[in-house]
Amino acid sequence: MPHLTFAKFIFPSLAAMFIFIALPIVSVVYQSFFIEHEQIMQEVETCDPFSCKTERRIDPEAMIALRAEQPAGRFNGLGTYTDSAHLAFDEIARIWRASPDILTALDRITDLPFYRALLFTFAYTAVVTPASIALGFFVALAVNQIPKLIRGIVVYFSLLPMIVPSLLGSLILFWMIDSRGIIGSSLQVLFNDPTLSLKASPVLTWITLFSYGTWNSTPFVFIIFFAALQTVPRDTLEAAMVDGASRWDRVRFVVAPHLANVATFLVLVSVMDNFRVFEAIIGFSAQAHASSLSSVIFNDLRSGDVPLFGSAAATSIMTIICIALLMSPSIRRTWISFRAKA
Amino acid sequence: MEAPTYRVPRYLKLLAFGFVLVWVLTAAFPFAWTVWGSFKVQADFFSYGDWTDALDGPATTAQTGGAFTLDAYRGVWIDNEFWKPALNTIIVTVSVTAISLTLGTLGGYALARSGYRYAFWILLAALIFRAMPGVTLVSGYLLPFFELNIWGKLPTAIIVLVALNQPFTLWLLHAFFLSIPRDLDESALVDGCTRFQAFRLAIIPVMWPGVITAGIFSFLTGYSDFVISAAILSEENQTMIPRIAAFLGSVQLRGQIMYAVAATVSVIVPLIILVLFFQKRIVSGLTAGAVKG
Repeated sequence: MPHLTFAKFIFPSLAAMFIFIALPIVSVVYQSFFIEHEQIMQEVETCDPFSCKTERRIDPEAMIALRAEQPAGRFNGLGTYTDSAHLAFDEIARIWRASPDILTALDRITDLPFYRALLFTFAYTAVVTPASIALGFFVALAVNQIPKLIRGIVVYFSLLPMIVPSLLGSLILFWMIDSRGIIGSSLQVLFNDPTLSLKASPVLTWITLFSYGTWNSTPFVFIIFFAALQTVPRDTLEAAMVDGASRWDRVRFVVAPHLANVATFLVLVSVMDNFRVFEAIIGFSAQAHASSLSSVIFNDLRSGDVPLFGSAAATSIMTIICIALLMSPSIRRTWISFRAKA
Repeated sequence: MEAPTYRVPRYLKLLAFGFVLVWVLTAAFPFAWTVWGSFKVQADFFSYGDWTDALDGPATTAQTGGAFTLDAYRGVWIDNEFWKPALNTIIVTVSVTAISLTLGTLGGYALARSGYRYAFWILLAALIFRAMPGVTLVSGYLLPFFELNIWGKLPTAIIVLVALNQPFTLWLLHAFFLSIPRDLDESALVDGCTRFQAFRLAIIPVMWPGVITAGIFSFLTGYSDFVISAAILSEENQTMIPRIAAFLGSVQLRGQIMYAVAATVSVIVPLIILVLFFQKRIVSGLTAGAVKG
């Protein structure tokens, strides 16, 4: 296809992505170097019948004028990145000096807002990705063994946790695990503890969120593995059988290698999706015990009258850097295989 | 012909069957339970006594006279005017789907037929864009949108969602157009058509299976979005899911949690029906990129 025709066809799509994805990244980087204006104070004299006194107040008009003049705020350089809400270098140095041993220090560092979110996001990704891939694999193997007639129904029901928006899926489970809901009250009976609540402790909240995540991401893994199982070469399977391979040998030496490529793809996509965990934290009202990078950004943008653009932007940039690092091996591989083909 | 050794032993079949049963229950029961419970009153669905109250509904019968009640739906759709966000969701979803598909088919077709190296770079950039969580871009949108005075309006949210949805649509349709034989449009070119005529006359008639699949995923993007709509739309232009999130705080305090339950069920039932009709397309869309590796 000639360059010009190609350009005409691709232009609208490319323009949309450029204006609303590429440019905003630049805008985020720019904003992360700025911080909210300091409040302009003015001396106001207030008089009541008895006396007059002067007090210092925020000058609203001057603030509006200043914001109109410099909407991004005042320049702060890398200050936002290193402040106490983000990388918190000063706090870490202080904790390091004050803590008796490394474990206490780490424990205190992970109480800092940014590291707390980072820890949860990584923990969530590290638990949910392998759990959903393993579960999805076994569901796919099992569905492959049941009669073809009912497979369609199984696939239908399996799709539901994935299709339903995360916020609503997590709300539905949240209501069920409520101490007055079906799962919550059954657990109380099961453990014979009428005060048991999954919302009470950080550990139980984390476990709940991880279980939700696995429930939510397993369907996709199952669908992909199930489709891949249909393309396992039968000839190779039969040849293996003629050679006397056991069932387990066949899974290990024929099926597993066939699925290896698909599994790499699934790891990549799942890591990408799990790393953006956010809606479940709102759905489970878990802000007290868990925060992710995405939820920290969202809270900054929702705080008070003036959104904390600079703070949100700095967290956004660091999130993007984390994702870039996580994805770099697979991008490198795509590049190498492209070079090999070219 | 199946070799006799290929038979699966009975115990293994039973095991697989049991496992699938447990999985299906895990996946589907929460939805069935919540849909059922949305027709009860709060004292039954969140019962201080026993969870079986939600099944036979003594409080529902006592309070409303019947075992099922539409009170929660009435409360949320009429008293709380949930039809407004519902209308906004319809506008956003339909527009996002239509615009995404228009841009995506043109772009996907070009990428599938280009053959130059830059097509690969565009696809790689799209993959990277696809990895970026929407919320990281939001702080980049807000300030410019405030300045341009386009914050809070439906068209703004629509075009942002279209852009965020483009990477996936491009990949899906690019893969789909690769599966359409080149001969089809190239013979049209030989007959003297321009590229665009070839696209219109030879490709458009056969592209619908791929377009419908991509359309379902665009629909889901618009319908399910929370972050972008919550951050970009003003109160009166709010869509359903941010509205439910906004509900949560207020209804819990006023003991109207069933309103939120009814609103949630109202949003998910159309999706459950959608999957019923388009199951094959959804599965094919999900596997399109993956199985080929």
